[in-house]
Amino acid sequence: MIKFVKRPEPSKAWTLATPILAVIITMILGGLLFAAMGKDPVAAIRTIFWDPLFNAQFASYSRPQLLVKAAPLILIAIGLSLGFKAGIWNIGAEGQYIIGAITGASVGLALYPLDAWWIFPLMVIAGALGGFLWAMIPALLKTKFNTNEILVSLMLVYVAEQILASAALGFLRNPEGNGFPGSRNMSQIPAMSNPELITGTGAHWGVVAALASVVGAYVLINKHMLGFQIRLTGESPRAARFAGVKDKLLVVFCLGSAGALAGLAGLFEVTGPAGQISIDFGAGYGFTAIIVAFLGRLHPVGILLAGLLLALTFIGGELAQFMLGLPSSAIQVFQGMFLMILLAMDIVVNYRVIIVKKEAA
Amino acid sequence: MTELLKVVGLTREYPGVRANDDVSFSIGTGEVHALLGENGAGKSTLVKMIYGLEKPDAGVMELRGGSYAPQNPQAARAAGVAMVFQHFSLFEALNVAENVALGMENPPKMRELAKSIREVSENYGLPLDPDRIVGDLSAGERQRVEIIRCLLQDPKLLIMDEPTSVLTPQEVEILFKTLRKLQAEGTSILYISHKLEEIRALCDEATILRLGKVVGTCDPKATTAREMAEMMVGQTLHVPTREGGSTGAVLLEVNGLTFAPATPFGTRLKDVSLTLRAGEILGIGGVAGNGQDELLSVLSGEARTEKHSVTFMGENIGHTGPNARRRIGILAAPEERLGHAAAPNMSLTENAALTATIRKKLTKNNFLNWKKTEAFAEEVIEAFDVRTPGPGSAARSLSGGNLQKFVIGREVLQDPKVLVVNQPTWGVDASAAAAIRQALLDLAAKGAGVLVISQDLDELMEISDHFAALNEGTLTAPRVAKGLTVDEIGLMMGGAHDMEVAQ
Repeated sequence: MIKFVKRPEPSKAWTLATPILAVIITMILGGLLFAAMGKDPVAAIRTIFWDPLFNAQFASYSRPQLLVKAAPLILIAIGLSLGFKAGIWNIGAEGQYIIGAITGASVGLALYPLDAWWIFPLMVIAGALGGFLWAMIPALLKTKFNTNEILVSLMLVYVAEQILASAALGFLRNPEGNGFPGSRNMSQIPAMSNPELITGTGAHWGVVAALASVVGAYVLINKHMLGFQIRLTGESPRAARFAGVKDKLLVVFCLGSAGALAGLAGLFEVTGPAGQISIDFGAGYGFTAIIVAFLGRLHPVGILLAGLLLALTFIGGELAQFMLGLPSSAIQVFQGMFLMILLAMDIVVNYRVIIVKKEAA
Repeated sequence: MTELLKVVGLTREYPGVRANDDVSFSIGTGEVHALLGENGAGKSTLVKMIYGLEKPDAGVMELRGGSYAPQNPQAARAAGVAMVFQHFSLFEALNVAENVALGMENPPKMRELAKSIREVSENYGLPLDPDRIVGDLSAGERQRVEIIRCLLQDPKLLIMDEPTSVLTPQEVEILFKTLRKLQAEGTSILYISHKLEEIRALCDEATILRLGKVVGTCDPKATTAREMAEMMVGQTLHVPTREGGSTGAVLLEVNGLTFAPATPFGTRLKDVSLTLRAGEILGIGGVAGNGQDELLSVLSGEARTEKHSVTFMGENIGHTGPNARRRIGILAAPEERLGHAAAPNMSLTENAALTATIRKKLTKNNFLNWKKTEAFAEEVIEAFDVRTPGPGSAARSLSGGNLQKFVIGREVLQDPKVLVVNQPTWGVDASAAAAIRQALLDLAAKGAGVLVISQDLDELMEISDHFAALNEGTLTAPRVAKGLTVDEIGLMMGGAHDMEVAQ
C-alpha cells in the first residue's frame, strides 16, 4: 500500500526536480503513444524537442519562432500569475489580449498615414489601457456586486471575439483592401510596426516587454509590500484581512495588471507577427498562458521557462505534423499529457510517498 | 434501566496535554446523558473516541455488554452509534436527499430515500423538504438534515455535540421535542453542552469533565445550575491578586456597540461597552462562541463599525482598518493561530511582516526590508523562546504552543499601547503559558492597556485587574477582579437568566 504523508514544508529539491522528471516521463509515455500509432518514437520526440532548435534545415526558420510564440505567453502568464497567487481567477486574458490589440491598432490606424516616432509608443499605451479597461469590467463587478470573476472574464472573451470580427469586417477594415476583411498591415507601416530587433532571433518589442515583466514581477512578488499582500491573500485570506490587506484594491490591481499585460501582448502581436487585425487574430494565447502560469508554478522565472518550453512543443508539434504526418490531435494529446504529468508530480513536492506493508488488522 | 454504553478508564494523550485522563461513565438505554465541561475539558476527545474518530491510549468501552472498540466512524455507525457534529458537513449545492445519501454506506434509490426522509421528518416533528437545496436552508434546518441522516440509520446511541449553539430559541424547542420522542422510543442520547439550563431541562444524568478528568456526576434535574457551574469551573480558582481600579488614563472605549457578524455561525454582539485604562489588564471570560471572535475583530479593525462605537484616547476609530489602528498602537493577537494570526505556509520572517511592518518600520517606499524583518523575527524567537530551527521555517511546522509564543511575542515586542489577545495561552505548556502571562503583566506595568479574552478562568483571575464575561454577545459590567468568588464568576458567565430557574 502506498501512503502519502504531508511534509511540514514543501520539498525544495523536488520543486526543482519535478519539471525535469515530468519532461522525461512525458517523453517515455509520448514515445509509447507515437509507437502505438506506428511512428518511430525516437524520431517523433526528437522532432518535437530537438529539431526546432538544432535541425540544420529548419532551425533557422523555427528558432526565431520560439521567441515569437513564447513572448505573448510569458507576458500574459506573468500578469495572470499575480492574480492566481492571490486567488483571483482571471480566465479572460484572451479577451483582454484581443481588446488590447484592437484599441492599440485603432489609435495607430486613426493616425494613418501620419509618420511620427511617437505613434508606436502611443499605440503601446493604448493597447495596455484597452486590456486594462476590459479587465476592469470583471474587477468592478466583483468588487461592487461580488460577481464571479471567472465567469465574467471568460464570457467577455466571447464578447471580445465579436468585437474583433466587427473590427476586421467593419471599422478597422483596410479601405484599400479590395473588400477583403482585415485591417491594414501594420507591420509594413514603419510608424506602427513592431519589427524584429535583432535579425534571426525573432526578438521584437514584445520579447523585451516579456523579459521586463519577468523581472518586474519577481521584484514585486519578493520585495514589494503589494507582492507580499498578494501572496498572503492567496495563502490565507483571513490572515490577510488581519494584516490590513484591502482585498478589493487587490482585485482591481491583479485583474488590471493582468489585463494591461495581456493588452500589451495583443498590441505587440498585431503590429508584429500577425501584422493586422483579422477575424482569426485570437490564437488562444490567453488561454494557453493560464497553463504557462501554472506550469511555471506562478513563479516569474518558472513562467519564463514554461513559456519557452510550451512554445517549443508548439513549434515542435507543428514540425512533427509536417514532417512525420502525425495528426494534430496526437500532438494535443501529447501536450495535454505533459501538463497532466507535471501537475500530478506536485504530490511529491508536498507529500512524502511511503510504501508500507499492509497492516495486519 | 439497562446499560447501553459503558466507558472505563479511557485515556487519550496528545503531545503536551492529556485530553482524557481515566474517564469512566455509563449511559443507560433510553437515557439522555449530558457531558458537561468548559472548552478544553476533553468532551470532544471523549466523543471522538466513542465515535471511532480517535483511538484511546488506554481504557475500554462496552456496548450492550459486548466489547466495543470502533476502528472508524463506519464501524461505530454499524454498531448503532451516530453523531451530529457542531459544524455540519453538507454540500450547499446539493439538495437534502442527495446530502443524506452521501453520508450513507448503501443509499437507497433517491425516490425511496426522499420518501423515508419525509416520513422520519414528520414522525419526529422536524419538518424538512428532501428536494430543497441545502444552500437555501437555515442553520437549524441544516442541523435537521444531519439529524435525519443519523435517524435513518436507526441509532441506539445518538451523540449531539453542542447542538443548540446555532439554533434560535424556537428551534431549540423543536429539537428538544424530537430528542424527548427519541428517548421515549428507547434511544440513548449523549448530549454535549455547556449550557446549564438546557441540560437541566433535558438530561437525566450528567457527567462533568474538567481538564480531562471526570470531576463528578449528578442528576441535573435535582442539582442547581450553580452547583453544576461550580463543578465545571472547579474550586481551585486562583485568588485574584491584582489590585483593581488603577488610575491610568482611559485608552480604549467601546460604547454601546452592536455588531452583526457576516457568517451564520457568528455571534451577534449586543450593546457592548467597556473601558480600558493605561496599565490595566481587563480579563474577559465566557464560554467559547459567545462573541469572543467578534469582539476581537471589532477591536483589531478587521470588522468596521460605527465611528464612535470604538474610541482610542478620545478619537473615533470604529471605522478604521487594522493598519490604521496599528499605527496608533492598538495591536491584536487572534485566537486562531494558523490561518488568522499567521499564514501556515509562510516563513516566520514573512509572518513577522504580517503585522509588524508599520510599527517596526520594516518597509521603505513600500519595499520590504527582509533583513530587518528577519532580525525582528529572530528577536521574537529569542525573547519568547520559540523552539524552531530558524526564522525561515514555515509557520505550520511549529507546534501550536511555539507558534502561539511567536504570535504573542510579535505583538508584545512592537510596544503596543493597547493589546487585545484572545486565548493567549491556549495549548501552550505551563512554563510557556507563565512566560506569556508575565509578558502581558510587564506590558501593563509599562503603561499599556491589555485586554485578555480567555476561557481559562484561572488565567484571568491571575492576571486581571477587572473581569467581565461575554454571554451570548452581551458583556457584563466589568468588576474588580480581586474578591470575586467562584459563585459570582459563574453567575457572570452563565448569564443571570440561566441561574434564576435553578434556585
